[in-house]
Amino acid sequence: MTESINVTINGTTYSHDVEPRLLLIHYLREVVGLTGPHIGCETSLCGACTVELNGKAVKSCAIFAVQADGAKILTIEGLAANGKLHKMQEAFWNEHGLQCGFCTPGMIMASKQILDRNPNPTEEEIRHGLEGNLCRCTGYQHIVNAVRAAAKAAGA
Amino acid sequence: MATPTITKTEKLVGKRIRRREDPRLITGTATYVDDIKMPGMLYAAILRSPHAAAKIRSIDVSKAKALKGVHAVFVGKDTENAGAVPCGASLPGLRIPHHHLLAIDRVYLVGHPVAVVVATDRYIARDGADLIEVDYEPTQAVADPEKALAPGAPAVHPQWPDNTAFTFHQEGGDVNKAFAEADVIVKQRIVSQRLIPNSMETRGVVADWRSAERSMTLYTSTQAPHLVRSLVAQILGIDDNRFRVVAPEVGGGFGAKIQTYAEEILMAYISMKLQKPVKWIESRRENFTCTIQGRGHVDFYEIAAKRDGTITGIKLKIIQDLGSYFTILTPAIPTLSVLMMPGLYRIPNISADIVGAFTNCTPTDAYRGAGRPEATHGVERMVDMMAAELKMDPAEIRFKNFVRNEEFPFPTATGLVYDSGDYSAPLKKAMEMGGYEKLRKEQDEARKQGKLMGIGLAAYGEICAFGPSPATPAGGWESATVKIEPSGKVTVLTGISPHGQGEETTFAQIAADELGVDIDDVLVAHGDTSLVPYGIGTFGSRSTAVGGTALYFALQELKAKAKKFGAMLLESEDVTLAGGQCVDNKTGKSVSFKEIAGAAYRAMKLPPNTEPGLVSTHFWEPPNFTFPFGAHLVVTEVDRDTGGVAIKRYIAVDDCGNILNPLIVDGQVHGGVAQGIGQALWEQAVYDDNGQLVTGEFMDYTMPRAHMMPWIESGHTVTPTPVNPLGVKGVGEAGTIGASPAVVNSVVDALSPLGVRHLDMPLTPEKLWKLIASNQAGRKA
Repeated sequence: MTESINVTINGTTYSHDVEPRLLLIHYLREVVGLTGPHIGCETSLCGACTVELNGKAVKSCAIFAVQADGAKILTIEGLAANGKLHKMQEAFWNEHGLQCGFCTPGMIMASKQILDRNPNPTEEEIRHGLEGNLCRCTGYQHIVNAVRAAAKAAGA
Repeated sequence: MATPTITKTEKLVGKRIRRREDPRLITGTATYVDDIKMPGMLYAAILRSPHAAAKIRSIDVSKAKALKGVHAVFVGKDTENAGAVPCGASLPGLRIPHHHLLAIDRVYLVGHPVAVVVATDRYIARDGADLIEVDYEPTQAVADPEKALAPGAPAVHPQWPDNTAFTFHQEGGDVNKAFAEADVIVKQRIVSQRLIPNSMETRGVVADWRSAERSMTLYTSTQAPHLVRSLVAQILGIDDNRFRVVAPEVGGGFGAKIQTYAEEILMAYISMKLQKPVKWIESRRENFTCTIQGRGHVDFYEIAAKRDGTITGIKLKIIQDLGSYFTILTPAIPTLSVLMMPGLYRIPNISADIVGAFTNCTPTDAYRGAGRPEATHGVERMVDMMAAELKMDPAEIRFKNFVRNEEFPFPTATGLVYDSGDYSAPLKKAMEMGGYEKLRKEQDEARKQGKLMGIGLAAYGEICAFGPSPATPAGGWESATVKIEPSGKVTVLTGISPHGQGEETTFAQIAADELGVDIDDVLVAHGDTSLVPYGIGTFGSRSTAVGGTALYFALQELKAKAKKFGAMLLESEDVTLAGGQCVDNKTGKSVSFKEIAGAAYRAMKLPPNTEPGLVSTHFWEPPNFTFPFGAHLVVTEVDRDTGGVAIKRYIAVDDCGNILNPLIVDGQVHGGVAQGIGQALWEQAVYDDNGQLVTGEFMDYTMPRAHMMPWIESGHTVTPTPVNPLGVKGVGEAGTIGASPAVVNSVVDALSPLGVRHLDMPLTPEKLWKLIASNQAGRKA
């Protein structure tokens, strides 16, 4: 049994027949062939699979692909525009906001959302905004620096 | 000759350079194991035991086999002769369990693999696993190492009813005399609880057997690809020269990916059986019980001192919770604790005993620090307790007992030779950064107001740069190959296998400086056994100290050869290699690397006794370990109403020798500190009496999140090591090693007005609230 869905991912519209039980993260990775969103826990606790769904950061392991029917999805792959890195990507690079890189796509998407909602957050607000994303490498300090730097670069 | 195209005078080593590995990681285009797809690839799911101890009466796989999309199901009897999980440790009298790839007739830990289902996709593979019916007869389990060693405990392995895998004894000096002549003796039982490494990428394997070529390619998330190749090739009887292991992008390891695991052998075996590529990706739930765990010590310490604070001896008995079987280093880890037990102090008399206990739990093995955090936590707690006993300041007792600068190289009572150090310097610096005296005054004021404010110090040392080969199970050297390509571009192949540590950048810095080329002209490649001649891997803070040194020497050899070609082209015997070119010292004429490379590969003419090409390989054997050190200062306040610990200041001063890239060093320290604070305050693998892992998900296992972490104030002192020409010591584990004692010392200091002398980790709000509440109840009564 499959359901038909149409999803716009990073500006391209895809049509697929999918099992109702297929998780959005598996759809993005296995069906569409993306490599950016990662699977860290499949229980919505680590945030490595974070993508934007209709402008809102979501954990794509906690959503079925069929629930994304008709949605616009932005993943880390769609963040850079015209060959130019997004300010948040640039900031993570400059501030050494990543080590092994596995949490990074989700972490950058969550960080982008923090600034989308509040262009000039305090350290506390940044840390609160990152609560849903686990990183085992950085101790978060350079990630906090990256979010601050991106805020500054955006003119905050 | 043409004007050189590449000129560079500014040194890159020591600079804060952003990482060269990052562009692929921040764009989501890096290739981790789960990103690898192959034509016809099948997916494996593993059915695992829900019981910690049980007999298997029967396994019925018929329904799974009948499921559409399932290609095969394997159970223990299918793989019985395929081999066992390898252990590389050797100790006298060591009992090594033969851990089959799949359980045969009994299981002895939750997560014990029982069957593998191979199907066309991962959903069907899991459906298939759910359809397997296993008839278990549960038996009694034991999950606590002290209970396991008690008479009458259930035997984890029936052939060894005392659950004792080994005992180990080491002593140095005359510990009995030291204790007989001591003015003060302090004793304490100290627990370093089991931890779960939890790299954000779980393990994963893709095995691809090509029967016509008799060749295997194994993509695996590992820290030691060559070790995996050697072991799996040997276990499965495949020629190692036809066995390629690739560690693609690896999403963290922290010691838990040094091992060669059952799944790596199983997937290779299954790919051979089915003649298809097979992928297995570990779920997070599996990762909690099927990847190794760390620590798991119960330590019994005694420390002896003179009235003036001179520490004269330590006795230590370690009960090591080994778990139910061994991975590559399981029994060896506590021996590292013994080596490190004197810490940074000139303690001449030691005695140590280890009892290795089997439990019905996941194996313990190397987790960030691997034996050294346990030792450092112990000695730093004991030194604090001794200071309290002698009514000395905890800083004063440390300064009094540090190995002195003029004593290096310093032979320890445990048989090590500390390389170099100024052990007082980081502690002094941390105290300056924190304003130690002012903090103590603030503490006096806070206490008057009834606040529970604590100041904790820890001075830590570590053994790094593993290590001289005789001291390691599989060689302790490292290799590097450097090629100047015909274009003049530089390729570095290294035997280390970085997975976040940034050596694609630091090694490029080293190569660019030595050759005088632009860093953009250097590529650092790693993690592929068909590319790199051989290597040991990344663990034990060894990559730069050992692998970087191998690179340094390979570069020297390459430069010598390039210089010969340069001299030939310049028709001069007096030339210098600098700034990416070879210069005639008399005429000032020069040739570029590009021209030299062109000449070396074109080989129209060769210098005397010189072969064509510009490639050099160096295997470097280190003469000693390195011994980084440092000090942390932590200010905490404990909330009387909630038992919560607030870290008000966190100061970390590290001495890792010369610093190649301060940005990367700070990142290593931060990450290490987070894991140390995690152990001190929140993290614990909790097993119930039946051997069930109660903290088996991120929901229950409290990994530090962004809002839980304090701001870390970093400082550095620099004492180069004489062990290698780079003067680098290693920094990967330092933060973790320093953090847990510093935090616990701080909290114990905060609670000392309540009569608290020691607390075991993790210092959860529940634990502290109960303690504070019972103290207040006691006062009322």
